[in-house]
Formats: sequence, structure tokens, C-alpha cells
Amino acid sequence: MPSTEITIRNVTFRNPVLTASGTFGYGLECEAFLDVAQLGGVVTKSISRKPRDGNPPQRIAETTAGMLNSIGLANVGVDVFLQSKLPLLRERGATTIVNIAASSIEEYCEVLEMCEEHEGVSGYEINVSCPNVKDGGLNFGTHCPSVAQITRELRRRTDKMLAIKLTPNVTSIGEFARACEAEGADAVSCVNTFIGMAVDVRTRRPKIATITGGYSGPAIKPIALAKVYEARKAVRIPIIGIGGIMSAEDAIEFMIVGASLVQVGTALFIDPAAGVKIARGIEKYLVEQKIDSVRDLIGSLDTSMQPSLVAAGWS
Amino acid sequence: MFQETVTILESRQIADNVHTLAFASEQIAGATRPGQFLNIKPNSSLDPLLRRAYSVHRIEGDRVEIIYNVVGKGSAIFASKRPGDPLDVLGPLGVPFHYEGEYATAILVSGGVGIAPMPVLGAALELLGKRVINIHGARTAGMIANDGRLIDPRFATDDGSLGFRGNVVGALEHYLEQEGDSDLRVFACGPNRMLSALGGFCTARGIALEVSLECQMACGIGICQGCPVEMGTGDRKYTLICTHGPNYDFRDIILDSLPSVH
Repeated sequence: MPSTEITIRNVTFRNPVLTASGTFGYGLECEAFLDVAQLGGVVTKSISRKPRDGNPPQRIAETTAGMLNSIGLANVGVDVFLQSKLPLLRERGATTIVNIAASSIEEYCEVLEMCEEHEGVSGYEINVSCPNVKDGGLNFGTHCPSVAQITRELRRRTDKMLAIKLTPNVTSIGEFARACEAEGADAVSCVNTFIGMAVDVRTRRPKIATITGGYSGPAIKPIALAKVYEARKAVRIPIIGIGGIMSAEDAIEFMIVGASLVQVGTALFIDPAAGVKIARGIEKYLVEQKIDSVRDLIGSLDTSMQPSLVAAGWS
Repeated sequence: MFQETVTILESRQIADNVHTLAFASEQIAGATRPGQFLNIKPNSSLDPLLRRAYSVHRIEGDRVEIIYNVVGKGSAIFASKRPGDPLDVLGPLGVPFHYEGEYATAILVSGGVGIAPMPVLGAALELLGKRVINIHGARTAGMIANDGRLIDPRFATDDGSLGFRGNVVGALEHYLEQEGDSDLRVFACGPNRMLSALGGFCTARGIALEVSLECQMACGIGICQGCPVEMGTGDRKYTLICTHGPNYDFRDIILDSLPSVH
């Protein structure tokens, strides 16, 4: 069988497919549908120091092959997470990456330090890019010196895997990826949601309460792929590819462009077991293509020839 | 809860813009309790992307039925389904109606396709030995979605073309004046405006009211956090309609926090 393992810093993921933050709860809600230990890893909902209520309804709207969300980082807070969620994830054998959101550098540090004292945390993903709360990170995420400072402060406080989740809502994502790499991040997650909007033409009201929200789903995949490609050219650290992955083929595209791991998000709302199915699909592809290791896919994009018509969909 | 690709048994229109869809599933039929819902994918396409949430309307053996209005892209696809077509169903989901307890009469009040959960609830209440009465309202007789499965139905239409002339709140008031019933509970499902008016009426009379809420959902299982309702009691500002609801004691929620569905 081909090898599907990917190692970043001191974490070995059994396969390259993780659940994206905010799309899989705390990893325990979907046990009727899958065994979380079969995933490459679980990235938790963004955890903040104190519990957050989140935004008022309407929080979601469907768009063409995509959706808008404006959840507003609703979460139980780090105390409840560490007491009642993390031990269960550990018990079930999940590789758990804690996603942290905060409204100050001190808060990021405090939440991370609290997590450091508990067993069962494999690493961190830092949300510097939530588009849906005023103080939830996007202000940090679009300001390169802030991203650099957050990375630096957190790197000093942990030896565990540290990934920074970047927003695509900037002119040059490569610049942000370079800042993270320079400050010691182990990986960058590309990308968080795009800022999007939808209007009900009968009422002339926005379809979500915060007017604009985070745009996700298969519609954004080509834009997300281009962001991963840009980051790949900018840094040598691993990239975690995210954006509209619905199938194994989508995930493989991200890896060929340069992602070492991928995250599945919106797809889980349609099929909670999508992550496990995509991981199996990648393995099947490796067997069919006679590829020994999933690592051989990473950054294997061949730009030496013109795109084939088959690849462009005119088969 | 299960995720199952089922086979459609029947798809038909039963009133103006009111459709039903029935499929076979032994496990979903067996596990569903009154007031629970299903999250169903219109087709395998990426557009529409998300599932649609529908209350379970009827269960007979392993036959499960939903009832719906055609209001958009997803429901139009459901209406085009034919017997034998496959359907990707997730469910049963949500917390059932809280219908046990000491009371004599259950009044089931529904507006439009809010009729959806009432046949399953009515059957369960009869098993508990409750007296069951349905009050079902619509704008006009042609939109009455009754398919003969409501127990002891009383109808209300805005234009008086069938039953009581007026809305379901007026019909409930009329019933209470006629019967003088007092040991009762009301269970309701329908447009938020209807639930709000009914809530005002029941609160003023001290009548216990449980409402079944409708809203747009993505996952239906608590992972997207997309379906909050503001709570008027308890220590949480919001709960999720998919996993904490959709059936709430009217006094616990702030209904006006929800956007109107139709």
C-alpha cells in the first residue's frame, strides 16, 4: 500500500485530510458517521479565552455552488474546551489541532499557554483571519507586522506544530506567508474564507445579518488554488490547502499545487464523513497511479507544457 | 441518526403549491420521533449545494413522507422527483416534541406546510391517551394541505372558503369558547408571524405552548452553527435550532430574533 503519512514538525498525520476549523464542531458531533481517528486530523472550532455567543441570525446563506457564513466565532471558550471536549478527542485517538482566535496578542498567548498544560493537543492553528467579528482577527490578518508579531510570540511559547491560518483578502498572500515563515511558523493554512455578499432582491435586504460574510464551498476552489500556488512560490514551509474541497480529486489538486495537507470544510455540511471518504479516495488514486507516497504529489505541478484539453475539461 | 440513500416511492402535489414526497427507509421510519426532521440533498450536484431540512410528516411501516411548498431551487428539484429515484437523506434530527406529561387535551395548531409534524405527533399523543384536536389554517381552501391524516381537524381560512373565517388564533379562541376546555397544551408549527400571534394569545391565557421552528440550515447536526435562535431564559444567548430545537417552549425563546422564513 502507498504511504499516506505526512509529518510536520513533530506531528505525523496518518493521511493528509483534516477537518477545517468551524466546520466540524469540536470533532465529537459526527460520531454516528465516522471514526475521527480515521481522519488525518481534526482542527477544532476557533477557541477563545472566554465563551462567545456568536452573531445573530441569519448566519448562513446558500449561493451558487457555495455559501456565506457569519457565525462570529461562537464557541465554548478554552476552559470548557479543555475540560470537556479535548479529553474525548484524545480518548478517540484523534490528532487534534487546536484553532485559536483572539482579539489581542495577549489573549492568543494565554489560550495557547492554557492548552500547553493539557495532553492531547498535537498542534495549533492560529486564526488571524476571521472575517465575521470586528475584533476576531481579520484586522490582524490583513496587517503583516501583526501576523509576524503573533507568530513570534506564540513560537516562543510552544514546541508543538504551529500553523498560521491566512486570509485571502489581501493583495499578496505570499508576503504574509513569508512573515510567518521568518518568525518560525511550521506551516501556513491557505485560505480562510473570502469576503462575500448576497442580497434578497424582493426585500432588498442582505441575506446574512452582518451584510457581508465568509464565502466558502466549491465555487471558491480555483481562487483558493491560486492563493496556495502564490504561497508555494513564496515559502518553503508546508502549506495546508483549504478552499472548496469536495472530492479526492479536489484535494489532490491542492497537493499538486503545493499543499502538504488539506482541510475539508463546507463539504462536511453535506456529508459529515466527507473527510474520511476523501482520504480513502486519495489512497485509491495513489494505487491507481502507482505512486509510492502521497508526499510525491506535493508541489509536483508540471508547468513545462501547455495545459491539456483533457485537464481543462474538454475530454 | 443515519445517512442513507433511499428510494422514492411517491411524489405528488396535494394542494396549491403543496407537495409530498415519500420514500422507504426502515431505519429512519423506526427511529423518528414526533417533531424530528430530515436534512435532504436535492440532488448530487454542487448547485444547489446544501441539504434542505423538512419535518417528518407521516410514517407508515417503513414509508416516510415529507410535505413542502415549492419556494426555490431545491424544492423545485424535489417536486420533479419520480418513484424509483434515489434520495440522500440524513436523519432523524433534532429533539422531539416534549409531549408527555399530565394534561387531557392536545391542540395541534398549524399554518400552511406547518401541518408537517402534526400527523406523527397526533398519533403519538393518541397512544398516550390524550384527546387530540387539530386546527389547521391557510389563506384559502385550495391551499389547505390536509391529506386526511389529521385527527379531529378544524379548518380556518382567511377568506372563509373552508371552516372558520379568520386565522388559527381566532379559530383557537372560538374553539375554547365553545368547548371551555382548560386542561390542555398547544403544539404549533407555521410561519413565525402565526407563532408570534399564537404565543401572545396563549401567554395571555396561561396556556402551555410548544412551537416547532423552521429555519434555513446547512448541516442540521450542530457543526456549522448556522441556525441560532435567541433564548429568553437560561444562561446561553443562543441555541441551535437543529440540535437544541426545533421544538421549544414558547416562553424560552425570543421568536422575533428570527428572520421571517416566508
